[in-house]
Amino acid sequence: MKFGVVVIPGCYCDHDCYYAIEKVTGKPVEFIWHEQTSVDGFDAIILPGGFAHGDYLRTGALAKFSPVMKAIRAFANMGGLVFGICNGFQILTEAGFLPGALMRNVGMKYVCKYLHLRTENAETPFTNTLSQGQLLYIPIGHGDGNYYADDETLMRIEGNGQVVFRYVDAQGQATPEANPNGSLNNIAGIVNEQGNVLGMMPHPDRSFEAILGSADGKLIFESMVNALVTK
Amino acid sequence: MKATVIVTLKPTVLDPQGMTIQRSVSSMGLTDVTDVRQGKIFHLQLKDGKKEQVETLAKEVLTNPVIEEYRIIWE
Repeated sequence: MKFGVVVIPGCYCDHDCYYAIEKVTGKPVEFIWHEQTSVDGFDAIILPGGFAHGDYLRTGALAKFSPVMKAIRAFANMGGLVFGICNGFQILTEAGFLPGALMRNVGMKYVCKYLHLRTENAETPFTNTLSQGQLLYIPIGHGDGNYYADDETLMRIEGNGQVVFRYVDAQGQATPEANPNGSLNNIAGIVNEQGNVLGMMPHPDRSFEAILGSADGKLIFESMVNALVTK
Repeated sequence: MKATVIVTLKPTVLDPQGMTIQRSVSSMGLTDVTDVRQGKIFHLQLKDGKKEQVETLAKEVLTNPVIEEYRIIWE
């Protein structure tokens, strides 16, 4: 079982992800340079956070033209696990792996803080160690995390159980106050229809051991290992 | 030939940047300006006037069709 962490110029959470995977899972992990045209030999691929290609034009927009994205698309189409965190989530929406778009935060501020997430679907390859409704304490750090989709798309992903995480308060309520960026329906993370591609704005790679303030993020990486073992 | 591509958010999409500018406009006392929507302009220089290449660029790169739309002015 081998994890790959994609490295795109301007991304700076690549080493965090590498370290998190190594520490949490103990599985082999390698960096994948964005100009590589193959992802053969990998079982799961992480698109880390940062500002890919400077986030010029729109956040995540130019990364879809990185050569490795073609290989990752084929990998995802074959059912491979792809996990985009923060900027990685933005890249996955821009490249059409996931529906919707991530717009500038309502209020325009870059928001960097710990917050609570509620697990909305505990049956994905990324959440199988969690229970339905389980609260996670995981930080965000972004200026463009305001999830938007048109009404029809929103209804579809809600109906399909594609909304995996929602921003909630400490009591688990998805209130407007608990919404840090204006995301529709407090959406913090979604999967594709097949369930093998996850994008989320919060950073499990910054919250996988107690010294970081929370170890909840490790549950997501452990779920991926679980999913790959039982595959 | 030159092309100007104007990219704007769809009318149905909330524009946090425009709303923030609007608040400043209001605090300046410019009461006649009731709404601001922000967009982007791209000036392109064409060698052979291949309009379809501009269309491709506008559609596949300059615009995110989920939230934005574009129009092109040719000169």
